[in-house]
Amino acid sequence: MSEMIVSRRAVLAGSGALIFSFSSAAWAQSPAPDANAPGAAALPPPPPLPGSLKHAPFLDSWIRVDADGAITVFSGKAELGQGIKTALLQVAAEQLDANFDRLKIVTADTARTANEGYTAGSHSMQDSGTAIMHAAAQVRQLLIGEAAKRAGAPPERMTTDSGAVVAPNGQRFGYGDLVAGEMLHVQASPQSQLKDPAQYKYLNRRIPRVDIPAKVTGGEAFVQDFRPDGLVHGRIVRPPSYGAVLQSADAAAVEKMPGVIKVVRDGSFLAVIAEREFQAIEAMRALAAAAHWQENAKLPDVAALPALLAGLPSREIKVIDQQRPAPANAKSLSATFTRPYISHGSIGPSCAVAQMQGDALTVWTHTQGVFPDRDAIAEMMRMPKDKVRCIHVQGSGCYGHNGADDAAGDAALLARALPGRPVRVQWTREQELAWEPYGPAMMVKVAAALDDSGKIADWNYELWSNTHSMRPGPAGALIAARYLAEPFPEPKPFAIPMPEGGGDRNSNPIYNFPSMKVLHHFLPEMPIRVSALRSLGAYMNIFSIESFMDELAAGAGTDPVEFRLKHLDDPRAREVVSTAAERFGWSPKPRASTPGHDSNHDSNHGSNIGYGFAFARYKNLAAYCAIACEAEINHETGRARMVRAVAAVDSGQVVNPDGIANQIEGAILQSMSWTLYENVSFDDRRITSVDWATYPILRFSAVPDSMEVHIINRPGLPFLGSGEAGQGPAAAAVANAIANATGIRFRDLPITAERIKAAIGV
Amino acid sequence: MKLNVNKAQHDVDADPHTPLLYVLRDDLKLNAAKFGCGLGQCGACTVLVNGEPVFSCVTPIALLEGKAITTLEGLGTEDKPAPIQQAFIEAQAAQCGYCIPGMMMRAQALLQKNPRASDAEIRAWLEPNLCRCGTHMRILRAIHRAQRIMTTAQRGEAG
Repeated sequence: MSEMIVSRRAVLAGSGALIFSFSSAAWAQSPAPDANAPGAAALPPPPPLPGSLKHAPFLDSWIRVDADGAITVFSGKAELGQGIKTALLQVAAEQLDANFDRLKIVTADTARTANEGYTAGSHSMQDSGTAIMHAAAQVRQLLIGEAAKRAGAPPERMTTDSGAVVAPNGQRFGYGDLVAGEMLHVQASPQSQLKDPAQYKYLNRRIPRVDIPAKVTGGEAFVQDFRPDGLVHGRIVRPPSYGAVLQSADAAAVEKMPGVIKVVRDGSFLAVIAEREFQAIEAMRALAAAAHWQENAKLPDVAALPALLAGLPSREIKVIDQQRPAPANAKSLSATFTRPYISHGSIGPSCAVAQMQGDALTVWTHTQGVFPDRDAIAEMMRMPKDKVRCIHVQGSGCYGHNGADDAAGDAALLARALPGRPVRVQWTREQELAWEPYGPAMMVKVAAALDDSGKIADWNYELWSNTHSMRPGPAGALIAARYLAEPFPEPKPFAIPMPEGGGDRNSNPIYNFPSMKVLHHFLPEMPIRVSALRSLGAYMNIFSIESFMDELAAGAGTDPVEFRLKHLDDPRAREVVSTAAERFGWSPKPRASTPGHDSNHDSNHGSNIGYGFAFARYKNLAAYCAIACEAEINHETGRARMVRAVAAVDSGQVVNPDGIANQIEGAILQSMSWTLYENVSFDDRRITSVDWATYPILRFSAVPDSMEVHIINRPGLPFLGSGEAGQGPAAAAVANAIANATGIRFRDLPITAERIKAAIGV
Repeated sequence: MKLNVNKAQHDVDADPHTPLLYVLRDDLKLNAAKFGCGLGQCGACTVLVNGEPVFSCVTPIALLEGKAITTLEGLGTEDKPAPIQQAFIEAQAAQCGYCIPGMMMRAQALLQKNPRASDAEIRAWLEPNLCRCGTHMRILRAIHRAQRIMTTAQRGEAG
C-alpha cells in the first residue's frame, strides 16, 4: 500500500460544527428503535432517571425482597461470559447493604425483566449497572424509612448492616420483615442517596464469578445443555449459498429414517426433526444430499475488495468537519488501510430450544436481545408479541450478532411444526461460519500534515463501510424468514449515528488536532451478510488511526508514546498512556524482555523483535485503554507473535477488577487473532471459510509469554463499559510492533505470515 | 452396548456408530463435553479414554466398549472439586466457559502423566483446543495452579 509525501493543498476552513446531534442513542450498538418499524417497542418518553431506569422506572422491576430476606435482582442484560451477573450483584449488594450471598439475579426474559434492548456496545454497566445502583440505594432508603417508623426513631439515625436496618438502640429489622405489599412498587426518583465510595464493601473487589463453578463441573450452564422433558432434535438444511432457491427435496426416504419425526419445508426453509440428536444429524445429511437448489449468488472478488468497496454507491456522512488552513511547509503523509470480513467464530455453534403450547411460544435463546428477537420471531410467526416469550440462556461467547437470533427463529418454526414438544435446534460448525453475519470489510484513507514543531496540524480521514447492525427487530433480520414461501424482506440497513457510531465508531480521533475532517462513506449495498462484531468500526478505525500515529511520530522524529502525549489533553487519557508505558518499561529505546535479543538500535528494524504502542478511549465515551506490546518475527516463516503485552485501563468506578482484567486480556488475544490470521473467504458464489481449517484462529503456540492489565480505579465516577475497549488498541499495538521489527508498515489486515514473508523478502 | 463412564457401567441403547459426544450428552445427560465442530478441530468435546484425551465428537461408541471413559463430571463436583476444577475456579479461568471443560480434560490427561510438565510442554499439549474469548493466559495460569495443588496434595499424602 502507499505511503507517500504529498504536496500540501489549500484546505478551506470548515464550519466547525459536529454534524450529528448527541441524542442519546437508546441501546448499545443500535439507535433508538424506529417507532414505525415493525417490532419496535413502544417506549414512553423517558423521564430524567439514571441508566435504564429511564425505560423501567419502578423499583421492583429491578429489586425484589422476599419475606425470608432473600433478594432478587432483575436485569434486562444477558450474561455472555463477560461476568455481568456477578458485577450487577456486586452493585446491588453494595447499595442495598446486603450480604452478597443472599442475592440472586434474573436476567433477560421478556416475561420477567425490563426491556434493556441488546446486551452490546459495552453498555451493560452503564445502563443496567447504573439502574440497579440507584434502584438498590432507593430500596435501602425505603427500608430505612419503614424501620424508622416501627422503631419510632428518625430515619437519619438508622443504619444498615448485612441485610438489616439497625436502630439507634441496636434493634435490628431484617429487610424481609420490613417489606410488605406494594412497598417497592414505586417509581424511582432521579436522585439517590448513594453510599460514600470510601465505605464500599463489594465494589472494586475480586468477587469470584457466580457462573464459573457450574461451568467447570458439568453443570447446566448453557442453552446447549438445556434438555426439558420430551425434547426432540431439529437440524436445518441451509441453502448452499445466499439466496439459493430450493427446487426439490425428496423427503420420503428421509422420513423413513430411524427416529425421524418429520421433515419441515416452507419455501426454501428446510429442516428435519428427530427423536435423538445423532438421528437428526444423519437425517440432515441425507436431506441435504436429496435437496436440489438453484443458486443465484454472485459474490465479489475477495482479492479486489478495497476497490469494490470504493465503487459501491455510498451515502456521505460528515462525522467531523472542522478544517482550517494548514501552515505552510507542513509535511504531509497519507496512507490507506483495509480490513476483510471477520467472523465471530463462536466455539459453540448457535443453538435454541422452542416449545409451542396452545397459542403460546417460548424460546430459550442465547440472543443478545430477548425483546428485539421476540419481536422478530412474533412477526415471522404472525403471532401477537405477548404470545411469544424469549428467555435468555447463556450460549458460547458471541462477540456481537452471531447466529443466535437466527437459531432462535429456526427453533420457533420447528416448534410450530411439532406443537407441544420442545425442539432443540443446534447449528453445525459449517452453518455457523457460513451463515453468521460477519463484521464488515472496510477501507480507510487518511492524510495528515505535521507542522514545524512536530505536531499534527491537519487530519483528513475517510472510511468506507457497510452498516454494523442488521440485528432483529424486523422479521427479515432472521435468515429463516427470508427463505419462507412467504418471505420477509431483508431490512434496510441504517447507519448508527455518532457519538456511538457504526462503521464510524471511533473515527473521531481523541487527539487535539487543530484541523480535522472525518467522512464516512456509508455503503447500503451488502454483498456479504454483515452485522455487529465486537467494537464495530472501532477496531478498524483505531487500527488505522493508531498505526498512522506511529507513522506520523516517525515522520516527526518523536517517540510514539511521547508523540501521543503531545496530542492528548484529557488527564485520564494521559494517565492511561503513561501507566501502560511505565509498566511495560517503554523507552525510546525499549529493551527486549528476553536476554540475547538485540536491543541497541534506535529502531529494531531488521531485528526479529519489535515494540508497539496504541491507545484509544472506546467511542470516546467509554473505557480508556492503552496497550504496549512486544512482538517477534520468525524470519523463516514470516510468522509474527505477540510476546508480551501490558495494558492500562480506566473504566471509571471499578466493580470487579478481575472481571475487567479478564475482558481486556480476552480482547487483546481475540483482536490479535483477527489482526494476524483472520479473513472470511468466498468464491464467486459460496462462502468457503466454513471450519477451523479454512478459518484459522489463534492457537496456544502463538499465545504471549506474559500479559498484564493495570486498572486505574475512579471511585464514585460513572461506570464505563470495558468489554470492547481493547479490540482497537491491541490491533494497532501489534501492527506497530511488527512495523518496528521489520521496518515495513502493514496496512492491510490480516497481517499474515505470508504477507510478512513476502514483504521482508526471505 | 455397555459403556464405562466415570467408573460406572451404563447400558446404552444407541447405534454403534454414534459418536460418543451425543451418548454422553443426550443419553447420560452429562453436560461438560461440548459440541464445537463435530470435526475434531476445536477440542470442546474432549474427554479421556483410558487416560488419553480424545475428541468425543468423532469417536464412535463402537470403539469404546470395555474402555474407561472419564468426563469432567467424573473428576469432582462443585462441593468437592478436583484439583483442576479448584484451580480453574481460583484462577477465574473462564469467560464464556464453553471451551473450558475440553481444556480441563486435555490438561488433566497431561498432568496425570506428567504432573511437573513445563510451561512449554503445557502450551504444546493444548494446541488442539481452541478458545475464542481469549482466556488462554488464565487457562495456563489455572493449569500451573492445578500442578501446585496436586503436588501439595501428594506431599500431604506422603507425609
